[in-house]
Amino acid sequence: MSSQVHGAQKFDEAKRAATIFSEDGMKTVQTIISHYPPEKIKSALLPVLHVAQAEFGGWLSPETMDYVASILKIRPVEVFEVASFYTMYNLKPMGKCVLEVCQTSSCWLNGAEDIVKYIEKKLSIKVGETTKDGMFSLKVAECLGSCGTAPMLQCGASYHENLTYEKVDTLLENYRAEGKLKSYTDLDYKNTL
Amino acid sequence: MQRVKEFNMGRKLLIHNDHIPNIHTLEVYRANGGYASVEKALKTMQPDQVTDEVKKSGLRGRGGAGFPTGLKWSFLAKPEGVERYLVCNADESEPGTFKDRYLMEKIPHALIEGMITSSYALGAKTSYIYIRGEYFYVARIVEAAIAEAYAAGLLGKNILGTDFSHDCYIQVGGGAYICGEETALLESLEGKRGNPRIKPPFPAVAGLWGCPTVVNNVETIAAVVPIVNMGGEEYAKIGVGKSTGTKLISASGHINKPGVYEIELGITVEDFIYSDEYCGGIRNGKKLKAVVAGGSSVPILPAELILKTAKGEPRLMTYESLADGGFQSGTMLGSGGFIAMDEDTSIVKNLFTFARFYHHESCGQCSPCREGTGWMEKILQKFLNGTANESDVELLWDIQSKIEGKTICPLGEAAAWPVAAAIRHFKHEFIEIAQKKKFVDISHYDRLNLVRA
Repeated sequence: MSSQVHGAQKFDEAKRAATIFSEDGMKTVQTIISHYPPEKIKSALLPVLHVAQAEFGGWLSPETMDYVASILKIRPVEVFEVASFYTMYNLKPMGKCVLEVCQTSSCWLNGAEDIVKYIEKKLSIKVGETTKDGMFSLKVAECLGSCGTAPMLQCGASYHENLTYEKVDTLLENYRAEGKLKSYTDLDYKNTL
Repeated sequence: MQRVKEFNMGRKLLIHNDHIPNIHTLEVYRANGGYASVEKALKTMQPDQVTDEVKKSGLRGRGGAGFPTGLKWSFLAKPEGVERYLVCNADESEPGTFKDRYLMEKIPHALIEGMITSSYALGAKTSYIYIRGEYFYVARIVEAAIAEAYAAGLLGKNILGTDFSHDCYIQVGGGAYICGEETALLESLEGKRGNPRIKPPFPAVAGLWGCPTVVNNVETIAAVVPIVNMGGEEYAKIGVGKSTGTKLISASGHINKPGVYEIELGITVEDFIYSDEYCGGIRNGKKLKAVVAGGSSVPILPAELILKTAKGEPRLMTYESLADGGFQSGTMLGSGGFIAMDEDTSIVKNLFTFARFYHHESCGQCSPCREGTGWMEKILQKFLNGTANESDVELLWDIQSKIEGKTICPLGEAAAWPVAAAIRHFKHEFIEIAQKKKFVDISHYDRLNLVRA
């Protein structure tokens, strides 16, 4: 199998066998695949990985990548090389809500660093870490195209813009109350300008 | 600071309807003249006539490079029996740029209309809109608009009863700045890592899946709509010289009114920054210190050089005027990502955020860029830590000079230019930090909020 491409990560055959898209997920995947010529379905890889990440716990395990490879009829290593190149794919388990604070110029000019420090203090974690209850992970991100509404953070599909400490308090409370896994593919995105 | 309007700032062609409620729906968009260019092109024009109008318009690529769009289209190879593709570059990720997001979010049909009209000109049966993954919710909005267009017979078989059939699909990316480079975008669209290709062959000959492909920015494609509607010659009358038409500018930083503005190319930079129609001046009554005029990769200019050229003429928002003086005293219009910084901004620290960005986003294919961007970030970190020496400025200069022109794609230049410009115009700041060993730590949040309160 594909264990050689996943480095230290163990490959679990039982977990792999249980990795199957939901009916809705499969429908979405089939729609994505239909957008490309039949012999070019590898093109569907990036969007399909987003669906997979959302369906299988917010990260891409070796088993998930192996499953995606089988659907697109490509080698598992082709999935891994893509998953490891792009920043939006998580190669390890994350918190339910991944907070990605933009830190590039315009956001920095408007206090992004302070927002990061504030969240670190509030959640008692550092950038790159996850809270003990598995609710939040904190990441810094490079320019997310929200420069006119800086500072901002992204969580799943939602952009939270013009951030203040008070807004951060509210959004963390709301996410905690909701307690749901947040994915880029979510339909219930919010833009809290 | 209130200024008297000296230039006709009125004309908008792309986002003039952005205030209309529900303009994102097909019904409202069509009620306001939407899809007229599709009607006109498909029913009354030959494909080559559309290309001719775009040529006459003088439209230049709005993604950053400013290459004439009509010329790019005319390079498209058209071998018999081979599919051709139009790919829209909606991977907007140049720091300081958020205009495409605004356009797609507010008026998604403007892009789709442009895609259909442009595809007709190019003879493309299929087109793709590659949207950066972080803009997932924007992709949803565009997706909904595409579904509406299909339902109304504006996409699919025999559009508006003509012989022209076209399919338009969206692909979301995975989060990588490099995919804004057109060949990296094509690799990504093929389901691979975003490593730029060696050119030639150019995409016009061998692009998506080896087929002839045109890759255009969102704003470029949207601009085809007014060009077809009003005619290329009329469009070319707007603007100054070779900078024709209107341009979306993403304004951010320490200004009173950040946001997306559509300008007629040719207004003065001073008007853009200080007039209430646009940025509304610098926040908290501070003085302007520096501007990055066209996205993070273009050279930063101090206030005096962005407002006036080295010759003392007022600097205009045009490709030529912003570039006046070369890199010695000028910059570039680029993507129109306009970042203004006030007098309290540390240029060194701002540069660090750029260096960190390019290090993070280098695809790793070419060693000058892969290694050089990391070295530059590390050296700039020394300045922030208070451990830099004066000689580190020379070292930084040396490294940037060895990246430029030595890489497959322009990310190398994009990483080198901001470093070179910061040293060129603000060397004293680097020296000062190195001499005093002072720790650079500016709390912008407190600073801006305290003054606001």
